[in-house]
Amino acid sequence: MKSPVRFEKRLTQPSWLNWGVPLLSLLAALVIGAIVLQLTGKDALDVYDRIFERGFASKRALQGSLITATPLAFTGLCAAVAFRMGVINIGGEGQLYVGAIGAALVGIAMDGQPVGFVVVCMVIMGMLFGAAYGSIVGVLRARFNTNEIITSLMLNYIAGILLNYLIFNSRSYWRDPRSQGFPSGKPIGERGEWTKFSFFGVSVPLGFLIAILAGVAVWLLYKRTRFGFEVGVIADSPRAAAYAGIRTRWTIVAVMALSGALAGLGGASDVGDFRHLLDAKGLQLSNYGYTGIVVAALARLNPLATIFVAVLLGGLTNAGYALQGPDFPSGLVGTLQGLILFSSVAGEVLLRYRIRPNRATSDVAVAS
Amino acid sequence: MTSKIAVKMTGIVKKFPGVVANDGVDFELRAGEVHALLGENGAGKSTLSNILTGLYRPDAGSLEVDGQKVAFSSPRDALEAGIGMVHQHFRLVPTFTVAENVVLGETGAKVFLDRNDVLARVQELSERYHLAVDPMARIWQLSVGEQQRVEILKVLYRGARVLILDEPTAVLTPIEAEALFVTLRSMVAEGRSIIFISHKLDEVMAVADRITVLRAGRTVGCVDTSSTSTRELASMMVGRSVEFSRVTRAHPARPDDVVLDVSGVVATDDRARRALIDITLTVGRGEIVGVAGVAGNGQRELAEVIAGMRSVTAGTISVEGQQIKSGRARSAISQGIAHIPEDRLHTGLAAGHSVEDNMALKNYRTSALSRFRVLRRKAIRGQAVDLVDRYDVKTPDTRTPVRLLSGGNVQKVLLAREFSSLPKVLIAASPTRGLDVGAIETVRSRLVEAADRGLGVLLISEDLDEIMSLSDRVLVMYEGRIVADLPMDQADRHRIGLLMGGSLESVGADS
Repeated sequence: MKSPVRFEKRLTQPSWLNWGVPLLSLLAALVIGAIVLQLTGKDALDVYDRIFERGFASKRALQGSLITATPLAFTGLCAAVAFRMGVINIGGEGQLYVGAIGAALVGIAMDGQPVGFVVVCMVIMGMLFGAAYGSIVGVLRARFNTNEIITSLMLNYIAGILLNYLIFNSRSYWRDPRSQGFPSGKPIGERGEWTKFSFFGVSVPLGFLIAILAGVAVWLLYKRTRFGFEVGVIADSPRAAAYAGIRTRWTIVAVMALSGALAGLGGASDVGDFRHLLDAKGLQLSNYGYTGIVVAALARLNPLATIFVAVLLGGLTNAGYALQGPDFPSGLVGTLQGLILFSSVAGEVLLRYRIRPNRATSDVAVAS
Repeated sequence: MTSKIAVKMTGIVKKFPGVVANDGVDFELRAGEVHALLGENGAGKSTLSNILTGLYRPDAGSLEVDGQKVAFSSPRDALEAGIGMVHQHFRLVPTFTVAENVVLGETGAKVFLDRNDVLARVQELSERYHLAVDPMARIWQLSVGEQQRVEILKVLYRGARVLILDEPTAVLTPIEAEALFVTLRSMVAEGRSIIFISHKLDEVMAVADRITVLRAGRTVGCVDTSSTSTRELASMMVGRSVEFSRVTRAHPARPDDVVLDVSGVVATDDRARRALIDITLTVGRGEIVGVAGVAGNGQRELAEVIAGMRSVTAGTISVEGQQIKSGRARSAISQGIAHIPEDRLHTGLAAGHSVEDNMALKNYRTSALSRFRVLRRKAIRGQAVDLVDRYDVKTPDTRTPVRLLSGGNVQKVLLAREFSSLPKVLIAASPTRGLDVGAIETVRSRLVEAADRGLGVLLISEDLDEIMSLSDRVLVMYEGRIVADLPMDQADRHRIGLLMGGSLESVGADS
């Protein structure tokens, strides 16, 4: 049984594939999604039209989308930074929680201090906490060669339990003592609330601007610095890295710390930009960390593309919230995101192989 | 002789972007013969065998197996037709055991593996064909020579009747090669056919019944071994006659002016077994010291220890009296130790990286190439452009990934980088393995030139001819020890061969 097409390994990857393939993946996901919608008796075009309208087409829609995009940009960068070295950090989720804990701590404690100072401290604490949490994974991998997928995943659950403990199961510093009945986090001081900036009438959260800065910084770091060069060599060939005297173990820890710091920034932004308290339930329901992996994969681990993809998926999620109702099933957005992930992973095949028609031999065998 | 035709390839054409790899190749393999495919690198041997094993599809031409016209669309099709390949670059799963690798990809309806059955069959095959290897060992723990035996076992296990061996002796010592030839003979005697790809004339003469010579993608001719000579083959292969002989040195070695001093070194291999036992050796200024030995007797570990890639458990290594920090490649590099590793493409180079990145792999930290930890891209490119020019590396661009370069050019990139650092000591592990005649000459003359300028070279090679023609002194390694230290006038092939096989008592150093 011969298949009608065959896969031929690409010797080189033309540069247009870098954006062509993700675009094609996105399109494929939308087409498959449309088929699903039609099968369930919905008008696919109408649904997509509404998603676009509520996700991107107005200032208010865009504002909402940027709010959802901000944490995804951070967790997307978190995943991209680690994946590029072949370190599969699934722990963006937990690192984000821990970053939020750190930022909320100073946000509450530094009530009354100058505005800029509080915000900077929240940013730094979020990064430090996230970095420390990420480093655990890095140290375990570097020292004992433990599988980072498993350790980072398990640390997500631990971070979740820690959140629950701080807010629900103890009288911790983070819990609001005034909250009766259902416990909630203690609000941070007013000066810890991050300002919003307005561009063309669209208000943009500070966190999103920091995410853009972080994306550019990571891009430069990986493209232009010695550190980025070392990360690239380790990803390409660990033996060559050892041969060249690159300190692989140290680099693994550093990359995991950086990865965790980026997720931690996402946590800080969640506290400073949006919720203004440590929201144990809300954070755990959002799945920012896991969605960030989708964002990074679709962005092909490019830090700049990660920001764009975060806005795209953020808009999708935001529209999903807005449209939820009897005629718009709540699982639809999740389904679409899943389809996008699958399509982008499938698209990787196109990057590495060419598809050629599988002609019968009689056509090939020209008589000599 | 009117034996059956096992494989017949007619008018095979295969084009790649910018290259015509096969341009009308004819090839015919009889059942029960060893048929050598001779040609330089780039002559089209590998492409032809990849077509025969279903990895590539020809653009034109026809392929017959046992008189039947066939078209393979995958290696599996070829295997089903009884054609199996032993690749030059092994296709083994490093973390799996030998037995697991052998059964991997086996076509059959069985869901569960009968481990004992597999072990027994692997054991039986390895004994029958003299392919000594521990079926329970993991691949990453094996030497290159042992890994090759696993590749052969793999193909035999699948019941291949036609075996293609791509430069099989490149990784073997003369003694191992002899054993391989015995293996091949016993397979042929059972009616299997062998395609033996090589560019070594002597061994082709020794092992093949017939020889097909390829040059620049075309068949030059097919001759019976009994009616040809190495001289004729050489001129068919390169269009001129080539001979290797003992090189002459412009400046004699100064063995008493020690640059590399290895003293009492003990180290373990990846399986934590003792691989180096009390190794003491010196290399003088301008001296080429050859290290002979059968693969897997500690040579790899010796190279790694000196290059700082493996820690010692005892002993010291120093360059011009300065001690190297054990297991610190960075320390070795900064003390002036250059290293051409056995596995060029994955250890010596980052294959997915560009030529310019690879040229900078060891000196990107210097102030010439980076400032405030930021890379100076222009300087990196400038260095690469200069080295590509000086070392005559054939590459479309300095941004081309090295994995796309041919074997000879890959080695030139490595040599260019290692020599340009102006090292004091060079550890060269099998520096010419797998290269064609022209590239071998280039590499050897570069080594000799560098030695003439005062570089101390430790030449670790399984190619005894190479050691004999380049070295000033020969060390022989056996089971992790240096069992002999022979000046050239006492080093004859026979004696070294016996020492390598462990069948001669240790000979003390004469100096």
